[in-house]
Amino acid sequence: MRAAVLLLALLAGGAAAAPPPDTLAQRVQPCTACHGKEGRAAADGYHPRIAGKPALYLYHQLVNFREGRRRYGPMVYLVDHLSDDYLREIAGHFAALELPYPLPAPVSDPAATLQHGERLVLQGDAARKLPACVACHGQALTGVAPAIPGLLGLPRDYLKGQIGAWTNGQRRAHAPDCMADIAKRLTPEDVSAVAAWLASRPVPVPSKAAASLPEPLPLDCGSVPR
Amino acid sequence: MLRRGLLLTLVLLAAFAGLVAWLNVRGEAPIAADAAPADGTPQQIERGEYLALAGNCMTCHTTRGGLPYAGGRGIATPFGTVYAGNLTPDVETGLGRWSAEHFWRALHHGRSFDGRLLYPAFPYPDTTRVTREDSDALYAYLRSLPAVKQANTPHALQFPYDTQAALAVWRALFFRPGAFEPEASQSADWNRGAYLVRGLGHCAACHGGRNFLGATPQGGLSLAGGLIPMRNWYAPALSAPDQAGVADWPLDDIVALLRTGVSPRGSALGPMADVVYRSLQHLRVDDLRAIATFLKALPPTGSQAGDGKPPDPALRELGAKRYEKHCAECHGAQGEGVKSSAGTWMYPPLAGNRTVTMDPPANLVRVIVHGGFLPATAGNPRPFGMPPFGLALDDDEIAAIASFLRSSWGAAAQPVSPQDVARFRGSAGD
Repeated sequence: MRAAVLLLALLAGGAAAAPPPDTLAQRVQPCTACHGKEGRAAADGYHPRIAGKPALYLYHQLVNFREGRRRYGPMVYLVDHLSDDYLREIAGHFAALELPYPLPAPVSDPAATLQHGERLVLQGDAARKLPACVACHGQALTGVAPAIPGLLGLPRDYLKGQIGAWTNGQRRAHAPDCMADIAKRLTPEDVSAVAAWLASRPVPVPSKAAASLPEPLPLDCGSVPR
Repeated sequence: MLRRGLLLTLVLLAAFAGLVAWLNVRGEAPIAADAAPADGTPQQIERGEYLALAGNCMTCHTTRGGLPYAGGRGIATPFGTVYAGNLTPDVETGLGRWSAEHFWRALHHGRSFDGRLLYPAFPYPDTTRVTREDSDALYAYLRSLPAVKQANTPHALQFPYDTQAALAVWRALFFRPGAFEPEASQSADWNRGAYLVRGLGHCAACHGGRNFLGATPQGGLSLAGGLIPMRNWYAPALSAPDQAGVADWPLDDIVALLRTGVSPRGSALGPMADVVYRSLQHLRVDDLRAIATFLKALPPTGSQAGDGKPPDPALRELGAKRYEKHCAECHGAQGEGVKSSAGTWMYPPLAGNRTVTMDPPANLVRVIVHGGFLPATAGNPRPFGMPPFGLALDDDEIAAIASFLRSSWGAAAQPVSPQDVARFRGSAGD
């Protein structure tokens, strides 16, 4: 009898746990399953962090998945029946999160590789018409509001995967697709070096995207509002 | 003797070919010599736009991110890929040279402008019931669209399915041109609903199931459920009380499900979320009530509930543990679900949930593996979603959760094996 009462009390205790709140954070649980709690990126080394990225950038990516400019089955499946308004709201939710970044994982690449990557990121290569990454993604590489993403705090495999996808047309952006042009001018060695160096850099504090760029964009980008 | 046998074989073959040919043109009037493209009236265009939504034409006839109705989307079938055509009025690559008669012939007889037989991935076994008046309105609407020059992609079908002869045999076996015959004993709502469900709505294309040659049974009149070819989703029987039958639902709940994707009794996920998002949410409430009236009155088909053997106790215990860890927070410790302040389901109850107990368990497996959002409709603009668990849980754990659910809170359905999970999980893009 006492056991039965105890069991009842336990069951009642279980049922009385607070129900999930009626919030946007609760609604976007399908996103955080892969992108990590609060969109901080998961430990699997592939799914990128989405927390704190510029809102318009995130919105563009969600729409790009829905409209075939990006092709990752699980993302396409999740956004396929979501409206522009809702995707904008979801993008805004993750963009507004300010969470500390973990330190980058140590890299073991040869110094020459890292130097090559650093040079391309900071200076580009004028002879090959390659603008520096910082010319668009901000001097601190934390992105530029509202549409250009930061490049730090991302898994190296993800960075390589994205540049590769741009090279072979699996990832596209609104035309004119400036990143596609740049990606096609990069050699596989360039891509490895850039990804290695970027992944080795700590994210500065504060990690917010810059408000604007000091100079105009070095080339035309369809996803950046004028 | 040998010659007589040969002669007999030849005669029989000729007779068979003649029969197939006759069955393929039966009831088909030749296109009038003076049939020419013509624009419709504004009323026809407006009506046609609505009917195109009811038929969900754009979903197949537009590529992801492509120009509306310019075609090019591949429909994967067990026989190869069929590419939807360009329906814009471009003269070279679209319907620019088609007359309203040609368009009617395609919808009604499944024959293209040049006389070639069309593949039934285009649901003409259903659209054959569309009236000439509605066909003309659709034609008028499509003609009013901006012309897009985009050549059709040739189908990529395996032999012999890529031949017109094979298609002619298929049609002789499975296709009869039809017409919607109203039933005088039924209400006007029922008849309107039947017309939409069995015609433009082509519900039977998924909910009718398909035989090994890809034909829907009973000429598309059955709604007894089936696995959707190549997609690993099960389209439940609309007539079965233990699947998606709605005989005991209030009419308003059926309308709510079709219009918003959520209802007090169930919600739309997977391919049905797509249908709600792109088609049903745009229909007039009177048409949705008509569809609901028709569905509610479908004669009930067989039930398989409660015939399962209990799962292995160790499997069930593992399932109970994983359920508590991953599922109970949203679906409740007793599978009771959670309602929002507005009174709609944030997370549906799993106790008494037909998707949980349905056979085959394809949808249960897919929902656990891939999760998913309900459609964002005007009536439910910020839907909740289920996280995908395919990365966090392996096939054994998913089978255990599914088996636990299928033997809890009054349910007694067959356990789900890890092999079932492997068979149905597929990829999210299916």
